[in-house]
Amino acid sequence: MANQPKGAIVGLGVTPMGKIYGRRAVDFAAEAIALALDDAGLTKADIDGLLINANIPGDMDVRSQMVLGFENLTLVNVMSAYGSTAGSMMQYACMAIREGLVKTVVLVYADAPLTPSRGAGQSYAGPHRFPLGGMAGLRAAYGDFGANPAYAMAARRHMHLYGTTEDHFGIIAVGQRKWAQMSPWAQMKAPMTMEDHHNSRWIAEPLRLFDCCLVSNGAVALIVTSTERARDLKQPSVNVLGYAQCAPGDNLSTARHPAVETGAKRSGEMAFRMAGITRDDIGTCQLYDCYTYTVLVTLEDYGFCPKGEGGPFVADGKLGPGGALPTNTGGGQLSGYYMWAFTPLSEAVVQARGQGGERQVPRNDFVLVSGNGGILNYHSTMILSPHASG
Amino acid sequence: MSQPATKPVPVPDEISAPFFAGTREGKLMLQHCTACGTWSFPVRERCPHCFAAKLEWRQSSGRGTLYTFTIMHQVMNPGFASSVPYNVAQVDLEEGVRMVSNVVGIDNKALRVGMKLEAVFEVAGEDVRIPKFRPVAG
Repeated sequence: MANQPKGAIVGLGVTPMGKIYGRRAVDFAAEAIALALDDAGLTKADIDGLLINANIPGDMDVRSQMVLGFENLTLVNVMSAYGSTAGSMMQYACMAIREGLVKTVVLVYADAPLTPSRGAGQSYAGPHRFPLGGMAGLRAAYGDFGANPAYAMAARRHMHLYGTTEDHFGIIAVGQRKWAQMSPWAQMKAPMTMEDHHNSRWIAEPLRLFDCCLVSNGAVALIVTSTERARDLKQPSVNVLGYAQCAPGDNLSTARHPAVETGAKRSGEMAFRMAGITRDDIGTCQLYDCYTYTVLVTLEDYGFCPKGEGGPFVADGKLGPGGALPTNTGGGQLSGYYMWAFTPLSEAVVQARGQGGERQVPRNDFVLVSGNGGILNYHSTMILSPHASG
Repeated sequence: MSQPATKPVPVPDEISAPFFAGTREGKLMLQHCTACGTWSFPVRERCPHCFAAKLEWRQSSGRGTLYTFTIMHQVMNPGFASSVPYNVAQVDLEEGVRMVSNVVGIDNKALRVGMKLEAVFEVAGEDVRIPKFRPVAG
């Protein structure tokens, strides 16, 4: 059954994003689901499956099903491969639908780590409990907290091996800010120049503030069903033509070189094969962008340019508005909103439907979506299309 | 010298006890698989390469090279407020194990990927020492 859609996305809900205080993640989730149901022309009673992306605070647990008031679900789970999870959830939903276990599944990511009294970094990865036992305590003793140091070290390695520069990272951030200015959902709208990027404060060298994603309170929900059922619904259906995962292994093994090769390579090859298309068919990329560096290395591993040439590849601004490879057209997680892989996935749905307004890309036949979790430890690829085959 | 906040101090647990017992004596103890001959870190019960439950503790040379590093400016823990900017490094040991640590005895600006390093053992808290790395002279 190669080239047959695996399922269809028929509803999308995105809540207001950012410094919205005093609401719980599950309440954001309810709002996103309500928006997605309206978008699809469905009601809550039509939903028989619920997949929840586990969040870092852990409050989006399986009991959310009851808070949300779902009943008689035949598919429910909380899933976690960190920032790669949306791809795993899509696979599980589509497989379960095709297996006849369930008809219409909600996928949701919700989080509310921001509080008025703490900075974004502290809210997200600050110290929770010390002392830490054993080896986890060792990491803390070196001052290695959260994801910033490890991604900074991967970026440094890339710079060392290939001559990647701060300008290469900067052009990605600047391009995505331009896209964000055209998205109604984006948090960061102020113009950003390359100089602004270079003047932003260091977080973990070689990464500056504007190389790092936002932290957001908010939620995104999608509704997935069979391609047959999708035809009768309100929105132009967005077909899932290909999907794959790759978890390449322990990034602290000396056999692993996260800066050199990520799971994007294998999962990309599998997803392209499944969809029956090639890279050249892709009109827009929606790539997981926890950091500018992540976009660069992911483009390389998908084969858009030879390994190590991601910097020169992006240097002409081709990822930004008017560029040859419009990427992260909602501003991504750098300037739009940080909802893990639900950020690229939600924008991919907008673009595949042709509903991007002034940010709509000219070629939306095939949209490439990536998820990335941990320290480049988990990767997912999805290929979405308004068409029924590749 | 008193400080308003202290850095986190690791608390050895059962499985990591031999590692921390080693550091107290100035030895970098790592797990070595007697079935396949590879070394591994951090601690676990089974060899991640061949899955045999035949890991024994052996002393590492403590010698390695700087695989990559970052200079941390963000204060994620109050214990590091007076330490920023500080480095966090990944060190590839001769035994084929990559460790996260800090490089000491060198200005951050002089750090270079690929430089030769050796382990030193710093006091982290009462009865706890942790391995750090310093450049090898010459």
